[in-house]
Amino acid sequence: MADFFLNVGYLLAAVLFIFGLKGLTHPRTAVRGNLLGACGMLLAVGITLTDQHIVSFQVILVGLVVGATIGAVLAIKIQMTAMPELVALFNGFGGIASALVAGAALIESTSGSQLPTTQLTVATAASGLIGAVTFWGSLVAFGKLRGLINENAILFSGQQLLNAALGAIALAISAGVVIDPANGILYWLLVLVASVLGILLVIPIGGADMPVVVALLNSYSGLAAAATGFVLTNNVLIITGSLVGASGLILTQIMCKAMNRSLTNVLFGVLAPTEGGPTADQVYTGRVKSATPEEVALLFDAARRVVIVPGYGMAVSQAQHPVANLAALLKERGIQVEYAIHPVAGRMPGHMNVLLAEADVPYEDLKDMDEINPTMDQVDVALVIGANDVVNPLARTDPSSPIAGMPIIDVDKAKTVVIIKRSLSPGFAGIPNPLFALDNALMLFGDGKKMVLDIIAALKET
Amino acid sequence: METLIASITIFVLAIFVGFEIITKIPPTLHTPLMSGSNAISGITLVGAILSAGTQQTLITTVLGFLAVVFATINVVGGFMVTNRMLEMFKKKS
Repeated sequence: MADFFLNVGYLLAAVLFIFGLKGLTHPRTAVRGNLLGACGMLLAVGITLTDQHIVSFQVILVGLVVGATIGAVLAIKIQMTAMPELVALFNGFGGIASALVAGAALIESTSGSQLPTTQLTVATAASGLIGAVTFWGSLVAFGKLRGLINENAILFSGQQLLNAALGAIALAISAGVVIDPANGILYWLLVLVASVLGILLVIPIGGADMPVVVALLNSYSGLAAAATGFVLTNNVLIITGSLVGASGLILTQIMCKAMNRSLTNVLFGVLAPTEGGPTADQVYTGRVKSATPEEVALLFDAARRVVIVPGYGMAVSQAQHPVANLAALLKERGIQVEYAIHPVAGRMPGHMNVLLAEADVPYEDLKDMDEINPTMDQVDVALVIGANDVVNPLARTDPSSPIAGMPIIDVDKAKTVVIIKRSLSPGFAGIPNPLFALDNALMLFGDGKKMVLDIIAALKET
Repeated sequence: METLIASITIFVLAIFVGFEIITKIPPTLHTPLMSGSNAISGITLVGAILSAGTQQTLITTVLGFLAVVFATINVVGGFMVTNRMLEMFKKKS
């Protein structure tokens, strides 16, 4: 009977998670959705604590308090610009927790006289493998996003061969865990190999590809939980894990599509400038015009419709508040202002939206690429701040370019494009951007935040 | 064997439910969706609590304790940071 109530409670929790996730799909219902999810979690934890097999609550309580404190401090202290690395870190923690639980379950199941079922051993191996890859992969992603390790792709010869070999070894050890579950070392050997694999898989993925990796690791953390559900034959873990796995996978797909690259290409391919493309000198020499903040302010003053295109550079220079102030100022003068958000702008899906929301920009002003592009030729001034590859017209015109076919925001079609950028250095794809040399383009060289503040100052004087 | 089939059925159906719910998320909410779903994936905490509480051996208790800590960071941090982000989205509308 106790089991019955336990399972009904878990089912209720799973239903709450489903409604919670559904709520997260619309800004109006999102806060409630998140709360529903939290309620589901509270319920699941609460009924688990009534489980009669628990002999002592001390260890649990200490763990809960320590974890909750760390989690709460991280959640409150973190700056919005640092959100990608925090999400990566949390993904990793979920993954390692699943791997640890599966490891403990394996030891418990082999301590008795009965042999563990094949379901348990297979699931344990899967949980250990996915969990460890998620944990270490996420730590590397965290380090890269935080700037602790080189953000660029780190490549060495034989990398893919090594990864393939490690993958094969991991699978072989997994088979070992299934055949001989009583051998206590095999599982931890598997975790070790998977850890190395996790590091090596994320090391070669650089900066602008991070949104895909973060989304994929999100999916993995769900799958690890689902695998642990199979270990414990616990339905709420299976349901929840697969929900999250599916959600992460969809995000991964959306990110890949936004770069016109396959997942395999993002994970294993190298985005390198192709031979024979125009050099920076050929593209830029004698054609690039630079402007002062005052000149840009005059342009804005005469404009009726302005579109702001933010990129990772806006996050780096923490320019979201000045950008929002600029937009508000322009709106006060009757100018229509919108933001055009490229799906992979920034370092995580939706990165720009979060930053702009922090700066109080109404979400109705944020437009998708597909929504804004058809009307781009009616825009008087497009202001690009800290974006490069996502506005590079080569994606449309040069089939041999590494970014060929990637959907871009067509700022080149606006009457005037103002690009705030520190220098003419290339973006992540490593190729020059002919946009900067167009007749209707003006470069505003300098730090994003400072330049926007200068434009605001100049606008206030006119 | 029967439980395995039942578990797999649940797994497959839940994946479909996941795809159905999440296919039409607006890009605006991609980040909160990710951190929110991430918090939910901390459900592994349930398993961690059982490992830490049943105290079958010292090593499983230690593993369980560590898992409780990691999963709770994931759950509490995830829900709180998602809430913080979503409040920012809400306050203007």
